[in-house]
Amino acid sequence: MAAISIKDVSKVYNGGVTAVSAVSIDIADGEFIVLVGPSGCGKSTLLRMVAGLETISEGEVTIGARVVNEIDPADRDIAMVFQNYALYPHMTVYENLAYGLKNRRTPKTEIDARVAEAARMLELQPYLERKPRALSGGQRQRVAMGRAIVRKPSAFLFDEPLSNLDAKLRVSMRGEIKRLQRRVGTTSIYVTHDQLEAMTLADRLVVLSGGRIEQIGRPLDVYHRPATTFVASFIGSPAMNLADGEVHGGKLALGPALIDLGPTVPTQGAVTVGLRAEDLRLHPEGKGSLPFRVDYVEELGAQRLVHGLVGDQLLVAAVSSENPLPETVSLSITPSRLHFFDRASGRRIDWPGEDRPETLAAGLPVLEAAAS
Amino acid sequence: MNRIRLLDHLVLMLGVFVMVAPVVVAFMTSTHEAADIHRNGLSLAWGGHFTETYNTVLTREGGFTGKITGARMIWNSLILGIGFAAGKIVLSMLAAYAIVYFRFRLGTLFFWMIFTTLLLPLEVRILPSYEVMNKLSLTNTYTGLIVPLLASATGTFFFRQFFKSVPEELLEAARIDGAGPFKFFIDVLVPLSRTMIAAIFIIMFVYGWNQYLWPTLMTTDERFFTLVRGIKQILLVWVGSNIPDYNEAFALAILAMLPPVMIVLIFQRWFIKGLTESDK
Repeated sequence: MAAISIKDVSKVYNGGVTAVSAVSIDIADGEFIVLVGPSGCGKSTLLRMVAGLETISEGEVTIGARVVNEIDPADRDIAMVFQNYALYPHMTVYENLAYGLKNRRTPKTEIDARVAEAARMLELQPYLERKPRALSGGQRQRVAMGRAIVRKPSAFLFDEPLSNLDAKLRVSMRGEIKRLQRRVGTTSIYVTHDQLEAMTLADRLVVLSGGRIEQIGRPLDVYHRPATTFVASFIGSPAMNLADGEVHGGKLALGPALIDLGPTVPTQGAVTVGLRAEDLRLHPEGKGSLPFRVDYVEELGAQRLVHGLVGDQLLVAAVSSENPLPETVSLSITPSRLHFFDRASGRRIDWPGEDRPETLAAGLPVLEAAAS
Repeated sequence: MNRIRLLDHLVLMLGVFVMVAPVVVAFMTSTHEAADIHRNGLSLAWGGHFTETYNTVLTREGGFTGKITGARMIWNSLILGIGFAAGKIVLSMLAAYAIVYFRFRLGTLFFWMIFTTLLLPLEVRILPSYEVMNKLSLTNTYTGLIVPLLASATGTFFFRQFFKSVPEELLEAARIDGAGPFKFFIDVLVPLSRTMIAAIFIIMFVYGWNQYLWPTLMTTDERFFTLVRGIKQILLVWVGSNIPDYNEAFALAILAMLPPVMIVLIFQRWFIKGLTESDK
């Protein structure tokens, strides 16, 4: 078990392509860190540099007290779980689990004990003599995790381990990974493109885009205070609505609507406004502040996602399925739940009027519609 | 669709007939006496001299030196076939391993150089090869028979393609598991290549077994004669008014067919697997 420190790490490929640029993360001992971002954001490259499967172009990776830049993957005291499991197809489950230990000349009795323990933890005992071919996807995934556990490394590295599983299994395996990590208490770095997986698993999230860190923070902090428009649109489902607005005096003009921001305002002039779908309230015509033309509706069971237009801007509102959906509606939002981002840089603008997530004002209509 | 169609069966029967008939004729004819064959030609009936002929072929000491038996020739052919196949597999696996897994300078160039030698048949280099073997005084040795033919572009190419299809993650997992290049090769790649090895073994064994030109050139000592040469030798005695031992030639031909057939039968399952599916 060890802390991991990633300091100003960059990866530049031979062709001059920069996959990761000057990323720094400090990971505490026992922490579960999730690297999340769209494909091509450099998250896997970063993980592979920690694992030693890619060379580090610049910067320093420290595991425990050692700088591991020049150390072989086998000697970094890490274990990795791959997306396609990478089990040795010709070996039985037992041999798969034991292989890493055997190569390290662990005594046979010790190997047996550790494999038995891992198998018990992962409920793999009945399958120890089987080949991976004869296992289901979830079982293979467990074997892959077992292979990491038996080594008792200082860190687990997960490279999108659940993306080959079907949706239902993914949810249950997600829980299992979380429980397991808690139990073993090993520092973990987990790469995924699935923001839901990231939210549910992470102690801290690292959102990456284009090889750079957009934001590091606890899942709810990231959700409630996204640092950039990129994070805002990436974390949360449905994605946060981002609309062009303008602040004049104490009012925000959003398409045809005007919203009173109260005594404090974040900025003046053009801004990007972020509205979470669940912060939007739906009202029958006339009572809300944002006139809303419904385009189409996605039924999710417990709630429905209403897609439509305010002025010429696309918005999605998440509303309860119980209420009937009238033909013409309008939306309202508590002004303190609005997010503001700089139009040019996409950075968040903090303002004193913000109020989240602790207090929830009733979603009352706050202003009469400005449009005729 | 499961209805048995007469036409299908006719086609199949025709195929079987074309494939098997010559073998049956050869076998039946081999049980007649040489004079019989000379007089009546090929025969489809049982001649009744099976034991004698095959016994003679296998054990009679013949040839110019009077020392070479059929059994000896079969033994020689086996050594050539197996040595040839095994050597080729070892060599081409190692070559392919180097080409696929190690980034050395001009690796691709080397691969293409090996690959282009596919275009050159053995006959093109047979004289220089002979010259080299002669200078090394390896003529009339098993080493001389086998070693010069071992480098195999076909084998290297097959294994290269196979290794390329092995998922990258396996190598990475093995690296993290602490397996070095040698361990990875022995513990992971070789077991994974089993079906491929079986397939190439069959092809190369048959190829080596059927070699004629190279053994003819390399061996003058009759102790090293292979079966394929032996058959030729029998028919060569047509000097004066002697009738060639047709029956023995046929018997040898039948015997020469047996081992490759056996090998194919034994390895068939893996052979088909190796060529069609990947066991990964």
